[in-house]
Amino acid sequence: MNIVNILEEIEKVDGEIYERLNPRRKAMKEFFSMGSKIALSAMPFALGSMFTKAYGQTVPEPVVDVLQYALTLEHFEAAYYVKGYNEAPIPAADKPAIQMIRDSEAKHVAFLQQVITAAGATPVAAKASYDFSAGTGTPAGAGNGPFKTAFSDYAVFLAVAQVLEDTGVRAYKGRAGELLGQKVYLTAALGIHAVEARHAAKIRYMRSMNGFSIKPWITGGNDSGNANADGNYAGATPESNVNQGGVIITDLNGVNGKISVNAATEAFDEPLTKAEVLALVAPFGVS
Amino acid sequence: MENLIIKDEDSSLLEGAFLDKKVQRRSFLKYAGAGAAGVALLAAGCKHSNYNPDDPENGYGSGISLGTGDVAILNYAYALEQLEAAFYTKVVSSFYSGASDVEKAFLTDIRDHEIAHREFFKAAIPANGGTAIKDLEVDFSSIDFTSRASVLGTSMAFEDLGVSAYDGVGYALKNATFLLLAGKIASVEARHAATIRELLTPNTFLGDQVTADSVNISRSPAEVFAIAGKYIKTKIDTSSLPTS
Repeated sequence: MNIVNILEEIEKVDGEIYERLNPRRKAMKEFFSMGSKIALSAMPFALGSMFTKAYGQTVPEPVVDVLQYALTLEHFEAAYYVKGYNEAPIPAADKPAIQMIRDSEAKHVAFLQQVITAAGATPVAAKASYDFSAGTGTPAGAGNGPFKTAFSDYAVFLAVAQVLEDTGVRAYKGRAGELLGQKVYLTAALGIHAVEARHAAKIRYMRSMNGFSIKPWITGGNDSGNANADGNYAGATPESNVNQGGVIITDLNGVNGKISVNAATEAFDEPLTKAEVLALVAPFGVS
Repeated sequence: MENLIIKDEDSSLLEGAFLDKKVQRRSFLKYAGAGAAGVALLAAGCKHSNYNPDDPENGYGSGISLGTGDVAILNYAYALEQLEAAFYTKVVSSFYSGASDVEKAFLTDIRDHEIAHREFFKAAIPANGGTAIKDLEVDFSSIDFTSRASVLGTSMAFEDLGVSAYDGVGYALKNATFLLLAGKIASVEARHAATIRELLTPNTFLGDQVTADSVNISRSPAEVFAIAGKYIKTKIDTSSLPTS
């Protein structure tokens, strides 16, 4: 990503790159006026945007759609931890971790907003309010859904957090293919995807430390202990899947005989489609 | 975002060739005036042809071939999974003294996951028309398997490395199915990394592995082999790994 090299490489195939960058002042102007407003880490995105504008192109619509989708989910996650950190009866030992995850989600929101802006689109806004009880869908009533004790019962708070993190991992994974070959955007999405998985592991570990029998990785299918989350571990490719690209993992040799179903399901996290995720978060008032 | 690292030699490169050749020519950097620091940061990443497989510095000259295209990337992942599986197999065969039940359970699970990953690549690469690399010879002489700090420290390093390796190579895959499979494994490596980190020091599940935006760092194959190389005895020719 050395800009000297980028320009030199472009010059080899397009001798008029500098002319292109110059007459199209607008692209340059936008880039540098944006540069003063955005964090340095978002600069590669702004730079990419400048080049696409210089060539009269825009960031592909599917890329922007994935980013907006990610931001939609991050807004919701961030709001959950803001409210949870303020209201849930979090034990002192767990407070720093919840704070770190809260801040991490807020950073994802800010980062995606910058990246989407750099791509020339308007970032989707957070909802004015969410129904964290998951009661907005029918037939349950708003605020009266299955998770209504999330902010008064710490065990429920952690269970919902686990489901949200695991679902976040699945959501990013499900759309990675739409960023195929998009070096900057895909690498960033994979980077957030990995952080969501780190959150999920920590939340699960905290649940185990608080007396709930669960591992940091997803065993079998819905291991959250809450049947209301069955859908979050199901889908076209459920977490119970052991067929990876035609290879049946449980047919492979493990330490003592074949690899177990538990190990096979734990070793691979599965994707959710956009439609599946949107249906799962709809009861929370996310759209 | 591995390119946001300032290196002295890169700064001088910027002031040298770039300023002389390009800026005067088209005043490119004049526009960048206010953002010069930012451009310097951007430019400070990898130079093109940034990985020389014959560089004796990292000991990777000629060696076994990874193949080309997506197969090379799958073999690259297979190499890392072989390394991890071999490590945990040794760890679990004789735990360090004082290993807690939780630690034993986690390390055994992780061993089984890494074996699943290894065996998956071994089967999937030929199933997709490629040739899987042979079994690698590992070198764990630098690890003290009787020491908790050494074992968990190495485990953490391997897991963090694995996450950043998958994240850093995903963009070069041409086949969306392979990208999805890589993603399925990458998030499990991230779960491992966070868990081992928690065993070592509570609340380091993100630690120094994320940027200021809380995005996991990614590493190029060259960066990965610079770290993993000392544990792999078998020479690997990484020159055929795609870079775009």
